[in-house]
Amino acid sequence: MSKELLDLLKLLDQASELELQDVTIEAEELAIEFLPVVMQTMAVTAPEAAVALKKVIELKMEKFEPPVIKYPGSIPEVQIGATRAEGGTRGKVIKIGGETCPPFYRFESPPKNRPVIALDVFDQPIVPLAGPVKSAYKDVLEDPAEWAKKAIQVYGADLISLHLVSTDPTLKDTPPQEAAKAVERVLQAVDIPIIIGGSGNPQKDLQVFQYLAEMTAGERLVFASATIDMDLDAVAKVMSKYGHNLVALAFMDINQAKELSRKLTEAGLPKDHLILDPTTGALGYGIEYSFSVMERIRLSGLMGDETLQAPLSCAATNAWAAREAWMKVDEWGPREYRGPLWEATTAIVGLLAGADMFMMMHPLAAKIVKGLAEILSKPKLDTKLEEINYNDWIRMRV
Amino acid sequence: MPKILRPLEVYGVLPQTNCGECGESTCMAFAAKVADGVADITQCKPLFKDPKYKSKLQKALEVTRPPVKPVTIGTPPCQVIIGGKRVMYRHELTYHNPTAIAVDVIDDMDADSLIKRAKAIESYSFERIGQQLKLNLIALRCVSDSPEKFAKAADMLSKNVSLPLILCSYNPDVIEEALTVVGDKRPLIYAATKDNWKEMLDLASKYKCPIAISSPGNLDMLKSLASTFVGTGMEDIVLDPGTFVRGDSLAETINIFTMLRRAAIEKGDKLVGFPLMAVPAVVWMDPEGDEVEKKMKESYVASIMMTRYADLLIMHSFDPWVLMPLLVWRQNIYTDPRVPPSVKPGVYEIGKPTDVSPVFATGNFALTYFLVRGDIENAKIDAYLVVADSEGLSVESSVAGRRLTAEKFAEAIKSSGLDQKLKKKVLIIPGRAARLSGELEELLPGWKILVGPRDSSAIPEFVEKVLKKEMELT
Ligand code: SF4
Repeated sequence: MSKELLDLLKLLDQASELELQDVTIEAEELAIEFLPVVMQTMAVTAPEAAVALKKVIELKMEKFEPPVIKYPGSIPEVQIGATRAEGGTRGKVIKIGGETCPPFYRFESPPKNRPVIALDVFDQPIVPLAGPVKSAYKDVLEDPAEWAKKAIQVYGADLISLHLVSTDPTLKDTPPQEAAKAVERVLQAVDIPIIIGGSGNPQKDLQVFQYLAEMTAGERLVFASATIDMDLDAVAKVMSKYGHNLVALAFMDINQAKELSRKLTEAGLPKDHLILDPTTGALGYGIEYSFSVMERIRLSGLMGDETLQAPLSCAATNAWAAREAWMKVDEWGPREYRGPLWEATTAIVGLLAGADMFMMMHPLAAKIVKGLAEILSKPKLDTKLEEINYNDWIRMRV
Repeated sequence: MPKILRPLEVYGVLPQTNCGECGESTCMAFAAKVADGVADITQCKPLFKDPKYKSKLQKALEVTRPPVKPVTIGTPPCQVIIGGKRVMYRHELTYHNPTAIAVDVIDDMDADSLIKRAKAIESYSFERIGQQLKLNLIALRCVSDSPEKFAKAADMLSKNVSLPLILCSYNPDVIEEALTVVGDKRPLIYAATKDNWKEMLDLASKYKCPIAISSPGNLDMLKSLASTFVGTGMEDIVLDPGTFVRGDSLAETINIFTMLRRAAIEKGDKLVGFPLMAVPAVVWMDPEGDEVEKKMKESYVASIMMTRYADLLIMHSFDPWVLMPLLVWRQNIYTDPRVPPSVKPGVYEIGKPTDVSPVFATGNFALTYFLVRGDIENAKIDAYLVVADSEGLSVESSVAGRRLTAEKFAEAIKSSGLDQKLKKKVLIIPGRAARLSGELEELLPGWKILVGPRDSSAIPEFVEKVLKKEMELT
């Protein structure tokens, strides 16, 4: 006799007034058919037990429906770099963007492309670097080609962002021809695509970009950045002529991002060659505006605003502007950990807001963010939740 | 799409007598504040007291209930409110009720260490932009399996610290024993599961305490338990869908939290409309990784979960460098997204400036201010920073847009009182406002006007190479 039947019979025994004469008892059916009757009868005949039974409420079974939404828009996929067959010289190419839902809403669709990490390289060691960053590159600071190699081979960067800081009119003001040497050397030293960063001076950057775009025609590089005070018509034309991608940098302002996007595409920049950068404030220094502008740009793009349909770039490097990242303060703990964590957190906030391409500095921060991007972008997850004894956390001894 | 509360909707359910008891002069003004989340409907006393508003009251409670119910842990003055969320995205409406952060202690620590750790958690504080960033709760974990030990630890905690408690055990006997000593302080009971929910629910209703429902990785069960609890009238619920961090499972954790919050807010699924909790402390269960790696991971998992809708976090690490990014991100994300990020125009002192210190000027865009301030600090000099009203815009765009003019700079200097106070009058204006320097010289006789770098990060260099010489000459 099964245990259920035994229990039931015991119960029947207690509920002495239960009427059984109208039924033929088939042991198998008993449990199913008569339980409600038993309970009813008991409620009448055994008041003390009734209190206990009233509490035995049953679990109300529900089903959770994933809250899927349809989006009228999607984000174009931007290819960075071109192989020999495609008219460039790169051994690898990178694709970013292509989203059809908000970031990491896996219940809607897993990400099409993994967000990528560029490590920053400077053409000349004229900008002051934070201590923890400097120590990671101290042997290569003088040579951008070696620096780029180390960033890729040792630190696992997906691509390089080469900042031509020497072209800054207020620093060395090197002419485009001169700056081109570093670009050429880096392109020879590594076979992955690169981002070419200017000095932030709109007139000078345009000259530099025009010269370098022609020199690297067909490589499908990224130039960073076009700003609202630049001759947008000229920069869009040169990028489309030589087949490069362009980052449009808006100052934490969604309307400025729209304006840049509209003007650049009207001037001939193909939609799948545009990347938007709404400016990344450091954690603690305006990051929430970057976060909200990025979220708005991505959601507006998905909801159909064509001017905002572009992959997003996030300069997490700016995290080092925060003194919490680099300053020596004993009660804040060791800056060797604090700094990279500050940069990683800055990038992660961008990642969750929808950024597709990161410019970063510290190898450890880059490693953390790349690892996360890999996990979050997997088409299919390997780990089974059932196999993790989550509940054990209460009793862990640490 | 989220249903944002409109002032008119609230107005409709108010008495509309403009009696002023709520502190606002009109019902409409009060309605606007309620819609904004800065006032609570309970502040309209007549609505609750006067029986003639009975039907209005019922509507009012319905209309103003946020899609994510607010839940209170602890008792005044040491209570924490979590949840109460109306939107998914910060740009839609200011987030309310900052994510509460708990740090753990265990019940078999010796009394001294227990009290020491609890006091350290309570007194941890980090000042930033005029705010004290603090931790909010203590999570007491039962590792001893002994109801007596657990209750004793709970008792000691409640006698020595005032932070609200989270009582963590799946064993109802353990929880009950602790509730007999601290049950009147409204601790959060963690947790009801598919196996113990009847007993736990009884305890929560007996002691009138909020309760967490834990159903790791199983959302059907999570919702079923919530539905069952709601059916009995228990609505002080916190949902724990499980925090998975091992391997690639973090992707699924983020997915689950996001689904739950969207279902509550955008699909109106009331049965998951409760605060969510995450336990970044689980990184310590992973056998791999050294201590520093674990601490870093715990910190960024916490930041991720806070961004993705956790209203309550339980942490184990307690180092300042682990908590700082999390606390600062919390401070950032809970600010009003509609107000331009600005600081008050005026004079700010950096270090200990005297009557021979230089004066830097900039606009009042908050970020500009903080960067410039940081850069002057980096230059390690004592100085004044005069912040002119650039209408919350950056220096460049406000100068270009004629919002920040020479007159405004001059006006800021004059109203600062520095004109009389200083013996040496050296003013450094931002490089991006260079074109205003001629005009400023005319407006500020007796001042030496210097054009600083375009980017404030070059201020230290500027100080070394230019300013120090100029200060000697003046
Ligand atoms: S207390 Fe209520 S009725 Fe009186 S003014 Fe305020 S909202 Fe209106």
